[in-house]
Amino acid sequence: MGVKLNTLQLRHKANLIREDVITMLETAGSGHTAGSLDLADIFSALYFNIMNYDPSNPSWEDRDVLFLSNGHTVPVQYAAMAEAGFFAKDELMTLRKLGSRLQGHPERVKLPGLENTSGPLGSGLSQAAGYAYSLQYLDKISHRFVYVVMGDGELDEGNVWEAAMFAGKYKLSQLIAFIDRNNIQIDGSTEDVMPLEDLKGKWESFGWHVIEIDGHNVESVIEAVDTAKAITNMPCVIIAHTIPGKGVDFMEYDYKWHGVSPNSEQAKAALEKLRTLDGKINTGDKAL
Amino acid sequence: MNDYILSSDAYSENVKQEPIRAGFGRGLKRAGEQDEKIVALCADLTESVQVHLFKEAFPDRFIQTGIAEQNLVTVASGLAQAGKIPFAAGYAAFTPGRNWEQIKTTIALNEQPAKVIGGHAGINVGPDGATHQMLEDIALMRVIPNMVVVVPGDSIEAEKATLAIASNGKPSYLRLARVKTPIFSTEESPFEIGRAYVLREGWDVSLVGTGVMTHRLLIAASILDGIGIKAEVVHVPTIKPLDNHTILTSAKKTGRVVTAEEAQVAGGLGGAVAELLSEQLPTPLMRIGLEDRFGESGEPEQLFEHFGLTSDQIVQKVKDFVQSKPQYHREY
Repeated sequence: MGVKLNTLQLRHKANLIREDVITMLETAGSGHTAGSLDLADIFSALYFNIMNYDPSNPSWEDRDVLFLSNGHTVPVQYAAMAEAGFFAKDELMTLRKLGSRLQGHPERVKLPGLENTSGPLGSGLSQAAGYAYSLQYLDKISHRFVYVVMGDGELDEGNVWEAAMFAGKYKLSQLIAFIDRNNIQIDGSTEDVMPLEDLKGKWESFGWHVIEIDGHNVESVIEAVDTAKAITNMPCVIIAHTIPGKGVDFMEYDYKWHGVSPNSEQAKAALEKLRTLDGKINTGDKAL
Repeated sequence: MNDYILSSDAYSENVKQEPIRAGFGRGLKRAGEQDEKIVALCADLTESVQVHLFKEAFPDRFIQTGIAEQNLVTVASGLAQAGKIPFAAGYAAFTPGRNWEQIKTTIALNEQPAKVIGGHAGINVGPDGATHQMLEDIALMRVIPNMVVVVPGDSIEAEKATLAIASNGKPSYLRLARVKTPIFSTEESPFEIGRAYVLREGWDVSLVGTGVMTHRLLIAASILDGIGIKAEVVHVPTIKPLDNHTILTSAKKTGRVVTAEEAQVAGGLGGAVAELLSEQLPTPLMRIGLEDRFGESGEPEQLFEHFGLTSDQIVQKVKDFVQSKPQYHREY
């Protein structure tokens, strides 16, 4: 099971997810805006074209699984899940509130459809690798895939490279990792805080196939995943170049939007930008 | 009522001895035979933590992670999400010493039935010194919500404990010792997670022990008997959930409590018993173990003596304690 939207529909969906993210974060009064916005295209492609799942049966045994490693961007996942029908969209507005299933950082036990609990950075890849190991070697099931979404800042964590070495050794070919390469972390540019480059070379040297894409082009996301699925002798990592805060011009490229939410005025302005963008998607504006 | 079956040579100088970890190795293999969902992971310490028995029996269900403890437990979390029951084994100094946050977040908060195995815990690691003598693991693991903490007293009990955590469906920590340890229990002795056991009855003082210290308390109790102090010995193989009832019943009966562990008393068994007694039954308490100190290099027995953990030293401490603290008389 799964949905297969076309490119135009996926772009619309990504824009809707961005609007949800803005409204959720404004209502919550705290949260991480930049990464949640810039991952919208990837999440749109994953939930509305790539992954097999059944929102009415989140533990469906033939599902593909998605581990979110940079848990602070979970608003984008909640929005995608609500759009996909895992729960009603109204619930999005409970984000970060007492008693909500939508915790500030994702908790698997709270919300069916999540595959892991994350927030402390650097541990998602190894959990995904454990799952992929199980599929490949223990259950010998080849039609399911394991996706993990990581931030670029979290690549500072040693745990990531332990997992990279592990997945490389065991040639976990059903493991497909995304890196949200938006070049920011809390204290500034990733290359100032702790340089990551040569990022492609690093992953290749750990035994991974590396694909670099424009993370805002849903067609590229789908193509990259198709390529990754076709590679059966090593894990694949998709380095998705993104613009932090994508879709809202006054947030774009500004690392200060990493860990703050918009106030009502900013949210209003952001939604205006996004609705304008939606109109441009309709008219097929190639400049987007 | 004392219905615990002690080994017939429990008090003998010729008591059979075996490393506690050996029982874990056998138990893991048996668990593997009973349930194919059991998988084992090890961080380059396969034989010393006794995972090799499982590995030889089930090579396809053994996963080598290399010297990468953070990855060890997080891969285990992912395997559990895929429906497996993973045993992630390492030295306690590093597991949970190095990967505590990953255990808390990806196993305990995430409610995965992954098992964390801390081998070579305590000062009995000996010559390797303080860096490898994990003394804080009981405290570290006990404080995590949703975590079961088991510290077997001998190898037979370790085998039973391993089988018990394999099927309890919960995040669990098992603490193992490297050194040869006297076997006081028998195959017929009871073991249940969450139960403490009265191994020997008395009425002057309760000696509450865990892990390798329990046998030392038994010997101390038999020596104390010779000088007219009747000590009750309570073995606490499960630190969490703590068997409040058994400990409180004994404390109420004897009016004095001594705890003993090969770990920091702060936060360890001593800490757990202090919390229990001070809230529910304030009773004079003495805690034996490491008191805000690191270990150091030496032979295991030298170290037990250096840190005041031999049976003879316990006898002296208990004697002084009993003489200095009035017994709390209560109806029972």
